[in-house]
Amino acid sequence: MAKVLMKGNEAIGEAAIRAGCLNYFAYPITPQSEVAEYLVRRMPEVGGVFLQGESEVAVGYMIFGAAGAGERVFTTSSSPGISLMSEAISYIAAAQCPAVFVNIMRGGPGLGGILPSQADYLQATKGIGHGDCRLLVMAPASVQEAVEMVMKAFPLAEKYRNPVMILGDGLIGQMMEPVEFPDHLKTEATNKDAWATNGMDHRNSKTRNLVKSLFLDPVQLNDNNLVLKAKYDRMRAEEVMSESYHTDCDYKGLIVSYGTMSRVCRTAVDMLKAEGIDVGMVRPPDGFSVSRKGRCRGSDEAVVHPCAEHRDEHGPDGRGC
Amino acid sequence: MGKTFKKPEALSDTHTHYCPGCTHGVIHRLVAETIDELGIRGRTVGIAPVGCAVLAYNYFNFDFQEAAHGRAPAMATGIKRVRPDLMVFTYQGDGDLASIGMGEIIHAANRGEKFTTIFVNNAIYGMTGGQMAPTTMPDQRTSTSPFGRKVDEVGMPIKMAELLAALQTPAYISRQTVIKPKYINKAKKSIKQAFTYQLENKCFSLVEVVSTCPTNWGMTPVQAVEWTEKTLLAYYQPGDYKVPA
Ligand SMILES: Cc1ncc(C[n+]2csc(CCOP(=O)(O)OP(=O)(O)O)c2C)c(N)n1
Ligand code: SF4
Ligand SMILES: [Mg+2]
Repeated sequence: MAKVLMKGNEAIGEAAIRAGCLNYFAYPITPQSEVAEYLVRRMPEVGGVFLQGESEVAVGYMIFGAAGAGERVFTTSSSPGISLMSEAISYIAAAQCPAVFVNIMRGGPGLGGILPSQADYLQATKGIGHGDCRLLVMAPASVQEAVEMVMKAFPLAEKYRNPVMILGDGLIGQMMEPVEFPDHLKTEATNKDAWATNGMDHRNSKTRNLVKSLFLDPVQLNDNNLVLKAKYDRMRAEEVMSESYHTDCDYKGLIVSYGTMSRVCRTAVDMLKAEGIDVGMVRPPDGFSVSRKGRCRGSDEAVVHPCAEHRDEHGPDGRGC
Repeated sequence: MGKTFKKPEALSDTHTHYCPGCTHGVIHRLVAETIDELGIRGRTVGIAPVGCAVLAYNYFNFDFQEAAHGRAPAMATGIKRVRPDLMVFTYQGDGDLASIGMGEIIHAANRGEKFTTIFVNNAIYGMTGGQMAPTTMPDQRTSTSPFGRKVDEVGMPIKMAELLAALQTPAYISRQTVIKPKYINKAKKSIKQAFTYQLENKCFSLVEVVSTCPTNWGMTPVQAVEWTEKTLLAYYQPGDYKVPA
């Protein structure tokens, strides 16, 4: 397909449709409102669902309901809105439903500002929702990457039956760049009939399905947490992405950065190199793979100094999460 | 001779955890009978609240989702929008619907979402041990209003049926009770009407059912029925508050 010039927010909306997601619920917030403004026109063209909810709290549960019924569904928001959705994200993770959340980050804390920021890293990778829940997180550095990650997010959410988050920022959302949409989405068939509340008649079944997160029996609750933990471990093992830049030299320092900042840092590495100073860069595009121990898995085993603090509750083996 | 009274297919064959004299069980039965009679069990999705009915999915026998406290109308919206062919209902208590979930129910009703809400108003937070609800009566004693609800401090109890009926969007809004057989038949009619409007894709529909909580009211089941009839029904008057044109 030919390249088109598109604003990040609009490209994200289009990418979801190309990924076969025809259900979108959202609440306006800068700097991501263009996704809704794009999809309110685009969804009817493809027979999809668009609904502006009354709050991010409600939108989080609209997503839960639709995901529980077995339909592909996504929302977009920005930092304060994601905080409100994080309750629903915990419920969705606990009930093991697939859904995609896009965070076009802005400055915080509090109402913060409307300019791009990367401040929700810890929230996204370690601290979303209550209880032991984790997301798969992908952080794009360009509009093209945002498109590809959004398209990848749906099959990943279905593969793991877990919410996936695209961690973009105001730069990704507002910037116009040439993008090319992949034509086809490769999706492995997943058996939603095994768990979704899509109606017994619909799946030709005599047994009903439950979508729930309550386990009053502590043994059952523990069991559910062990199932989730095994799944999170599998996500870490199978989905970690890592990229190194100018690390095949005797570098004096190594920058770790993610998302749009990795693009800025890449330029900084080039400028320093021109001045004869070797600095390398590693980037975890999944926002996952850097640990406090300072090792970036998938890249060389260099000791690095992360530019953000990374809490690592998974022991001294240097595994991030 | 055929059986004239049997357990609806839409109910599971199990014991409930509800207290003696609690009306949750009667309401479950009316919903289940309705679902059987309309022949929609295979395409119904119920949504359980957080409240004494959180385990409702153990008592009904069809697909169920469990909401967070107050958010059932948002979940129902999500399901119904992406699968309009499914029959969707929320089952919510008064703390769930009239307190923490006030925003979700008003907006769902105002959008005219085509699902049904069964609103169980027992004027108290049953599940958490009898705290004051927005629907608790003036001077009613609860664990967080031990000297009686003081209306000058916390306002008057909220009449949800009237409040929702005031919205301009067409809807079916009714209030009933199930404390005596004469009321049960009317409640059944209302619940069936509510589901029928959904089946016809006509409007949002809600039936408020004035209910008992003898355990947290500190009453015997008989006293609870008497207090409901004398005090609750005087304030929460039964009837249809809104009917679509
Ligand atoms: C977010 C959140 N806040 C508070 C609670 C605790 N909680 C559980 S049930 C309940 C009240 C339920 O009362 P009601 O909706 O009237 O139902 P009833 O038990 O009376 O049928 C509360 C406050 C919770 N589970 N989640
Ligand atoms: S506590 Fe009240 S509402 Fe809950 S089951 Fe007992 S009587 Fe019913
Ligand atoms: Mg109650």
